[in-house]
Amino acid sequence: MTNHWNDLANSDCILIMGSNAAENHPISFKYVMQAMKNGAKLISVDPRFTKTSSKADIYTALRSGTDIAFLGGMIKYILDKNLYNKEYVRAYTNAPFIVSKNFQFKNGLFSGYDKKKKSYDKSTWAFEMDKNGVPKMDRSLKDPQCVFELLKNHYSRYDTKLVSSITGTPEADLEKVYAAYAASGKTGKAATIMYAMGWTQHTVGVQNIRTMAIIQQLLANMGIAGGGVNALRGESNVQGSTDHCLLWHIWPGYLKTPRASNRSLADYNDKATPKSNDPLSANWWQNYPKYSVSLLKAYFGANATPGNDFGYNWLPKVDDGKPYSWLDIFDEMYKEKIKGFFAWGQNPACSGANSGKTRAALAKLDWMVNVNLFDNETGSFWRGPGMDPWTIKTEVFMLPACVSVEKEGSITNSGRWMQWRYQGPKPLGDSRPDGDIIVELGEKIKKAYEKGGAFPEPIKNLKWDYWTDGVYDPHKVAKHINGYFLEDVTVGDKVYKKGTLVPSFAFLQADGSTSSGNWLYCNSYTENGNMAARRGQEDAVNKIGLYPGFSWCWPVNRRIIYNRASVDLKGQPWDKKRWVIRWEDGKWIGDVPDGGWPPLESLDKPNPKSKWPFIMRKHGHAQIFGPGLADGPFPEHYEPLECPVEKNLMSEQMMNPTAPIYGTAEDIHATCDPRFPFVGTTYRCVEHWQTGLMTRPQPWLMEMQPQVFVEMSEELAKLKGIQNGERVLASSARGSLECTAMVTKRFKPFIIGGNTIHQVGFPWHYGWRWPETGTEESVNLLTPSTGDPNTRIPETKAFMVNVSKLR
Amino acid sequence: MPGKSFFVDTTLCTACKGCQVACKQWHDLPAEKTENRGSYQNPADLSFNTYKLVRFSEVVADGKLKWLFFADQCRHCIEPPCEMTAEDTTAIFRDSATGAVIFTANTKHLDAQGVIDSCPYDIPRASKDGLLAKCDMCNDRVENGLLPACVATCPTGAMNFGDRSEMLALAKSRLAEVKKAHPKAQLLDSDDVRVIFLVTERPNLYHSFAVASKGAFDVSRKVALKRLVRPFSNFFAGLG
Repeated sequence: MTNHWNDLANSDCILIMGSNAAENHPISFKYVMQAMKNGAKLISVDPRFTKTSSKADIYTALRSGTDIAFLGGMIKYILDKNLYNKEYVRAYTNAPFIVSKNFQFKNGLFSGYDKKKKSYDKSTWAFEMDKNGVPKMDRSLKDPQCVFELLKNHYSRYDTKLVSSITGTPEADLEKVYAAYAASGKTGKAATIMYAMGWTQHTVGVQNIRTMAIIQQLLANMGIAGGGVNALRGESNVQGSTDHCLLWHIWPGYLKTPRASNRSLADYNDKATPKSNDPLSANWWQNYPKYSVSLLKAYFGANATPGNDFGYNWLPKVDDGKPYSWLDIFDEMYKEKIKGFFAWGQNPACSGANSGKTRAALAKLDWMVNVNLFDNETGSFWRGPGMDPWTIKTEVFMLPACVSVEKEGSITNSGRWMQWRYQGPKPLGDSRPDGDIIVELGEKIKKAYEKGGAFPEPIKNLKWDYWTDGVYDPHKVAKHINGYFLEDVTVGDKVYKKGTLVPSFAFLQADGSTSSGNWLYCNSYTENGNMAARRGQEDAVNKIGLYPGFSWCWPVNRRIIYNRASVDLKGQPWDKKRWVIRWEDGKWIGDVPDGGWPPLESLDKPNPKSKWPFIMRKHGHAQIFGPGLADGPFPEHYEPLECPVEKNLMSEQMMNPTAPIYGTAEDIHATCDPRFPFVGTTYRCVEHWQTGLMTRPQPWLMEMQPQVFVEMSEELAKLKGIQNGERVLASSARGSLECTAMVTKRFKPFIIGGNTIHQVGFPWHYGWRWPETGTEESVNLLTPSTGDPNTRIPETKAFMVNVSKLR
Repeated sequence: MPGKSFFVDTTLCTACKGCQVACKQWHDLPAEKTENRGSYQNPADLSFNTYKLVRFSEVVADGKLKWLFFADQCRHCIEPPCEMTAEDTTAIFRDSATGAVIFTANTKHLDAQGVIDSCPYDIPRASKDGLLAKCDMCNDRVENGLLPACVATCPTGAMNFGDRSEMLALAKSRLAEVKKAHPKAQLLDSDDVRVIFLVTERPNLYHSFAVASKGAFDVSRKVALKRLVRPFSNFFAGLG
């Protein structure tokens, strides 16, 4: 979230799309309801009328996988009706930037597409530069090559009639949503978006969110209270795990995983550090080497020296252009290229797309270690449905982990708040905290390498001192993540003593004199103590629910990021009542500002001491034109890999031309196939958690939601002769499962391009291991392994299925 | 009138069922063996082991689809027909401090069906051996300064609890607010019960027993009549 949970209460208009927050983020509705009590409008857009929809002022449906068409129509509406916030757009976004004349968009493809590689050469998506190497701009937004004009042009095709024929949303409903949301373009009004996996889990996942980010820029909703782009994370600590590099393509703090071609640290830093010639651009990532070197010092301690590139070459690199995501791991495992596997705190046999492929892949392993609270469908895959234990050679080890309340540590919630939690009950039986398990594992591996082994340096040189009295010490790790001065360091006129904690990332150095396990968390555990453990109840001076003394928020306790866009050029808030920061008597008050520079004063003659407000962008401006993504600088509607239409009504390009498609025997897809005529989607329900590992064994929760079900319209049920509550068979090109039919008014058939299209939906919380009947299976047996080309998150929210009566 | 009351604002309820689980947890009630019957409502009904149940109802009203949620429970009537029907304050009585209507182990000796039939909200449920059970207002929690479990867990402010006067005031002010957008909004039987529901649609769209049927409280009159002859029955009972 650019904002945070209780900031939702500050909004005038809340759009919930790609999320069913009332069901899956129930506490969020405390703040949504507060906003509504203050007069905010709630809009729910979802293929199915949900608990969220039941509370909404406006509800309308769209077919799964058509969000860009829906939102692209909103962009056109905002531009056509002049509802965008001109002052904001011309000052703070890249709308005035001039784009290369070679940039083109034709037949659904952007310039530079290489059909063979299924990827773009992005060189034509560049900005024109002036003689100083600063982007050329036309702040009047009139230049035909400026981003604003290109945007207008791009979305001119997205009229409500065409959008409606793609999404199935009635035109009148589109206009109602557009009008309600676009009203926030007025200065002093705030609208926000709450989205979740309903937007991300698509072959156009990132571009779904980009479309909304463009809308939020046009309406001046970034940086303000009650605004922002708010990702509701799927687990309480997903934000934390992402920040700390759970994903393959990043190091902690969103540093880049080195490519094989980055031979030296200098080369790596050079490639990763953006350069700006604009003196008004803070270009915060110019500090990259300070963060990467401090990270290497955190990893290798005294063994990291300038002479050995701080151990840079001890770390694994990825082959240039080769992905290593979840989908790729199981693809490689299926192809028998990965032979050993740690399944740590997860249940891939049920959780990932195309579970049939995942389970088959597990059977090809030599060994697997399953670290979890309980045995699950992954640990027991070899005795699951369709498996013959005699023929499976995978050796499975189970390491019992204790549950979160049985250990001390921090979680970082969706709002970027790092919150310290204490141990409640002691771990049961032989179960142990994950920290204990991993630290001891590290010790054992280090010991094994003492006898030698291939490339022992990374293991031998690894700094590994997180024990206190023989047990894992979460405080040691938290301090290590914050970082230390490793020598006496003088900053300004102050000397920071060797061995003390670094006060914030502004003090990190590129010369090896500081360490930090994650620069973004530098400031979280300082000489003043554990900031995440704070429980201060006092609000900040602006009284908008920032509570700066409660827990700690990255970066540097800034509660609303991009907040320097919440003020005008003079540093005065657009919204006088719900102001975030304000320039007063030569300083900023309110939230921690996005940099302490003084206001810009004017666009023609900006204060040379000031900086553009979007400091994490190379050019200091929010990106309406986003030239960095794999699939284009403007979002474009493409159909899902599996879809119910023969033609993409928007262009000749059927699906995202850069989306990955896998080719094993388990990767079977069916589009416009009469065997699988209905759109399928997956979701969660409040009673269960993820694959249900923690909730399915819980009788009170199973009582409330005992069986996997499929929701369908009364119309579809009639068509298929299905009664409410009867067991039916759901199938896709990849697999099938039995589930209970829930026939409801809350799903309605869509009219898509003149045809009636039905959609159904399933919760994915189940698996054969429990309940003991073994009949409640994972819906991911149906979902396809394809995904977004940028993130490679799987497309589990739009695929094709059939449902039929059991024979 | 002193004592405590609930205010249940259905406009804020998202059917997260937190109240339903919290109730089971506090009372340590076993889970029932259930099946998905094609509904989010599960268990299907209140039972001897389920005192609190979120009821779901899909209706089309004023041409619009509505999904109504009703967190059903004992209303703790001001003049409880069940208590009057039981005529045994060792089995059913009102807590003098809170007004909670409490069922004890002595309900085993009552005419269970008679008590059930007397309830205008269809709340009490009997075990196989005739014991009766229902919501007890978490009287043990309340006496110790805690909120009822269902209220403590509610994330949105749909479930509220406090002194009756405070709850009535909250209900009235909220009703006035809600009426602006929902002119048909109303408080259900607020003079007769300690669990005051605020609804925006016709009550029976939520649940057939959302509101007491006309004449439901007439039971008091019947009971009053019965009491006229009580000296005799007690006399004979004493002999037995």
